[in-house]
Amino acid sequence: MEINEEESYLNHTEQRAVANKKLGLKLVWIVAGSLLFAFALVPLYDVLCTITGLNGKTKSTATEISNTKVDTSRWVTVQFTSSVMPGLGWNFYPKQASIKVHPGQVHTVLFEAKNTTSQTVAGRAVPSVTPGSGAAYLKKIECFCFLRQELKAGETKIMPLRFFISPELPSDVKEMTLSYAFFSSDK
Amino acid sequence: MSTTTVAHHDEHADHPTGIMRWLTTTNHKDIGTMYLTFSLIMFLVGGSMILGIRAELFQPGLQLMKPDFFNQLIGVHALIMIFAALMPAATGFANWMIPLQIGAPDMALPRLNNWGFWLLPPSAILLTLPFTLALFGIGDGALATGWTFYPPLSVQGGIGVDFAIFAVHLLGISSVLGSINIIVTLFNMRAPGMTLMKMPMFAWGWLITAFLLIATIPVLAGAVTMLLTDRHFGTHFFDAAGGGDPIMFQHLFWFFGHPEVYILLLPVWGFIPQILQTFSRKPMYGYKAQVYSLWAIGALAVVVWAHHFFTAGMPVPALLYFMYSTMAISLPLAVLFFCWIKTMWRGSMSFETPMLFTVGWIILFGIGGLTGLVLADVAADAQYHNSYFVVAHFHYTLFAGGIMGIMAGVYYWLPKMTGHMYNEKLGKLHFWLTAISFNLTFIPQFFLGLAGMPRRIPDYALQFAEFNMISTIAAFVLGLSQLLFVYNIVSTIKGGKKATDQVWEGAEGLEWTLSSPPPYHSFTEQPTVK
Repeated sequence: MEINEEESYLNHTEQRAVANKKLGLKLVWIVAGSLLFAFALVPLYDVLCTITGLNGKTKSTATEISNTKVDTSRWVTVQFTSSVMPGLGWNFYPKQASIKVHPGQVHTVLFEAKNTTSQTVAGRAVPSVTPGSGAAYLKKIECFCFLRQELKAGETKIMPLRFFISPELPSDVKEMTLSYAFFSSDK
Repeated sequence: MSTTTVAHHDEHADHPTGIMRWLTTTNHKDIGTMYLTFSLIMFLVGGSMILGIRAELFQPGLQLMKPDFFNQLIGVHALIMIFAALMPAATGFANWMIPLQIGAPDMALPRLNNWGFWLLPPSAILLTLPFTLALFGIGDGALATGWTFYPPLSVQGGIGVDFAIFAVHLLGISSVLGSINIIVTLFNMRAPGMTLMKMPMFAWGWLITAFLLIATIPVLAGAVTMLLTDRHFGTHFFDAAGGGDPIMFQHLFWFFGHPEVYILLLPVWGFIPQILQTFSRKPMYGYKAQVYSLWAIGALAVVVWAHHFFTAGMPVPALLYFMYSTMAISLPLAVLFFCWIKTMWRGSMSFETPMLFTVGWIILFGIGGLTGLVLADVAADAQYHNSYFVVAHFHYTLFAGGIMGIMAGVYYWLPKMTGHMYNEKLGKLHFWLTAISFNLTFIPQFFLGLAGMPRRIPDYALQFAEFNMISTIAAFVLGLSQLLFVYNIVSTIKGGKKATDQVWEGAEGLEWTLSSPPPYHSFTEQPTVK
């Protein structure tokens, strides 16, 4: 009798070991899932920022010129700021600090970049719009920020930006700031 | 909860002796002891690092170290205290006490348990090795970005960042393994009759902690892996020039980082009510309310992360959401505070060292919680962000709320684990020295923060000198009084008055039905809980 009891006890422990392993492996799926989630956040974050204008993210491709009606009843001030990030030996600034526009009207603004080093250097401009809620309504038709820009030693280049403000811009936005940060794209 | 005790024949502990016992052990008590010992050692290492910082901040100007070394000490201090001191201490208690509390013979996955521990020492070496390497002219020292690894600084940093990234990988794997083990143990190994809603509160605290860990640690692992590939393999996850976004790192990091705060605190919230009921000699108040509150806090913990970087720029609706959801955590937390206080209410209380630490803990952790409510306010946070106010706040939650809670647990369970009573007088002295010097260290830092002193800067303006001086002196008292703690533990392990099985007059639960110390293999036949 005693041996039988011992056996059933052993059986019980073995069964439990199997059950433990099973549950343990199931939990590994949660771990794998959340690791996957971390990497999935990269594209999700990008999409979310573009949709909501979070971080002042604007579309990085050109908008077609459409026959949008110009809304002459309101003015929007658009300011331009620029900065050059460490590691890029350029001067870079907008030719105009700000302009007043009607929503729907197409404008061209010029930026000037100068390579102050003695080498050919490539850079990329990253835009950001404040307030973020207006970012989606600033439509670019042509922009130097769509492409990598290369400047020879000492070269100066005029970089145009053609844009319009969509008339659907929320009425509480009366001022917008478009900022460009130029990063080195030589690695 | 009434239990039928099973008599034990004290079996011969058939295990290898010497170092092989500790290397190969799968026994939950051995592994628990190793976790707790490791934690105590790393607590002293991390503490000496911050004393270096406080010494530099004793006076304005740079006296003792270069700013770069100062930054390294700050970052490594935080990583060690969080990952190598607080988390292993909680895991050590889990290993020791959860099988005893739920009447299980051991943890569910003993080999995994051994691995979980032995990943820790290598990661501690990885974290601190760059300091030594720098002495020999290899690299420029340890991680100097603060424990948060924010890019672009961490992308530009030296080899210390790589070492820290790999250390975080190992620490992450270790705590994920530990968590899986605890969940399986709690689901599969409970004594017959112990339903989930009869589990001791410590088991509940750890169950939620373990789920938070396996859900969020992989996100941190993913984030630092992206950092690694950004640093060495030409990816642009966090590089704005390549279409990435450094702010995204902050989202990923704090998606882990905020739950981490609760990972550190939930195990403590588990055993604090047990200590309270023991020394109040009456059952804990609101068991169910506490369990539901723990779940509510665990759930809210993963949806409030962005309050750590309100100032990074966010649309107003997002700011409001993160502000209100953060403040909402104070509701279940208030329920817990209420239950803790009500447990003591009209109890027949006595104030042995564990109870002293627990009552002190409630007050100090309360201050930590309330100052957190201030920081959660978007409008106020613009002033407090990255100031010493934040430093004082999270030390009230993590030193008072975390470490002092752990100390309460150590004094509470040490007689059970060693079979000897600790020196009560020394314990009480340790409490008063710790509580007073802790407050003298950090109250001045609240004022410094309000006056605008930024954190993580080795030099400061002259008007901050007096408060910094007080803070530094108190910090050294705080640090040195921990030697009393170490002495008390060591001498209790070596000998002392024999502890009874129940140890404390009001102690209830399965762990107190075993002998002190419990036999090497306990509950080989499970008790039945009615």
